[in-house]
Amino acid sequence: MQPETMFGRVPDAALTETDPPLLYPDYVGTRLRAPKEPLVLLPSSLSELTGPVYGDGALGEADADLTRQHAGEPLGERIVVTGRVLGSDGTPLRGQLVEIWQANAAGRYRHAVDTHDAPLDPNFTGWGRCLTDDDGTYRFTTVLPGAYPWGNHPNAWRPKHIHFSLFGRAFPERLVTQMYFPGDPLFPFDPIFNSIRNEGARQRLVSRFELELTQPDWALGFRFDIVLGGREATPLEEPHVD
Amino acid sequence: MTELALTPSQTTGPYLEIGLIGGPISSQLVDESDPRAIRISGVLLDGAGDPVPDGLVEIWQANAAGRYAHPADDREEIPVEEEFTGFGRSSTDDAGRFAFVTIKPGRVPWVDGRLQAPHLVLGVFARGLLKRVATRMYFPDEEAANAEDPVLGGLESEERATLLARAEDSALRFDIVLQGRAQTTFFLV
Repeated sequence: MQPETMFGRVPDAALTETDPPLLYPDYVGTRLRAPKEPLVLLPSSLSELTGPVYGDGALGEADADLTRQHAGEPLGERIVVTGRVLGSDGTPLRGQLVEIWQANAAGRYRHAVDTHDAPLDPNFTGWGRCLTDDDGTYRFTTVLPGAYPWGNHPNAWRPKHIHFSLFGRAFPERLVTQMYFPGDPLFPFDPIFNSIRNEGARQRLVSRFELELTQPDWALGFRFDIVLGGREATPLEEPHVD
Repeated sequence: MTELALTPSQTTGPYLEIGLIGGPISSQLVDESDPRAIRISGVLLDGAGDPVPDGLVEIWQANAAGRYAHPADDREEIPVEEEFTGFGRSSTDDAGRFAFVTIKPGRVPWVDGRLQAPHLVLGVFARGLLKRVATRMYFPDEEAANAEDPVLGGLESEERATLLARAEDSALRFDIVLQGRAQTTFFLV
């Protein structure tokens, strides 16, 4: 009987070229939630070469316009957020479900757990969905989210951000991230943003203001392109045979 | 061809339900009246043994015949089921509990053509998780298939045990432990 080959083990702390490490103590929430055992490097079988696929028909007309989901218009600076979803080889990813959520202009989420002393907006829920077009482009109309305080450390404030959820072509490409706005003064103080150790990678989460996207007398335009790919890892611990 | 630099991950934060729950993706992959329906539930736990009330679990699986609803699975001899996407998500409640109604997947091939035991692929998100972690769930009533599964077979026995659901009443129970002595085995996929 031939011996089973054990899989390689990769310490998560080595995987910081793009993504943050699981354990980043400055972000207090990671301390009891970050797995500490090395990750098991799994070869890609059909289970990892596949992943959820979406077609038309699942979404409503106002799903991509967060300012038109209620009877009235939400307060705040109206913005357009658009960009392309690409594979790492530059392929536009078509028909991809893009999901977003965010705080309102006052920095308050419509969620029972958010007790920040800032007003809810009856005309803003803060979710959006759309599918990318043939060019890989998504587009949302919303309002600029506010910054808000959180309990991580004394006087902690999150920079303005929009949460993004993406699928890619297969299970390993699934990504949830946050898009930030250019020039935010809170960047140096935010452990979530700074958990990404690679400066260049961090900057890829900052959207660009573009006058060309800005609609006269209507809305400021921000561009945020997203690149999805498989794992970055090279295993540091070689597989061994028992 | 130039390789574009990847977009990094960030945590879902505690308010993920606003964006990820209530849309086209649900925790019910089949109707409860489906005679094949199985219930899977569990608790997401942190390193102190406390439930994680602001997490999200996603599952990805083949259909009952062992085919994935994805173009990369082009084995035409195995039937597809139009209504079955194989994908679901459940946020965790105040007790850290997530739950799915789905069907048991069939066996799919490993990289060398051997068959894997029936399994679900899972992704876990939460406040405090800066990126998704991935694991698998195997079925307790598949002893023979589990014994020859190439993934289970490549793990230490304590690791393997964390991937096995257990029968509880008429459902399957699968807890996910993020940290500590009983940590679930997570994969780099």
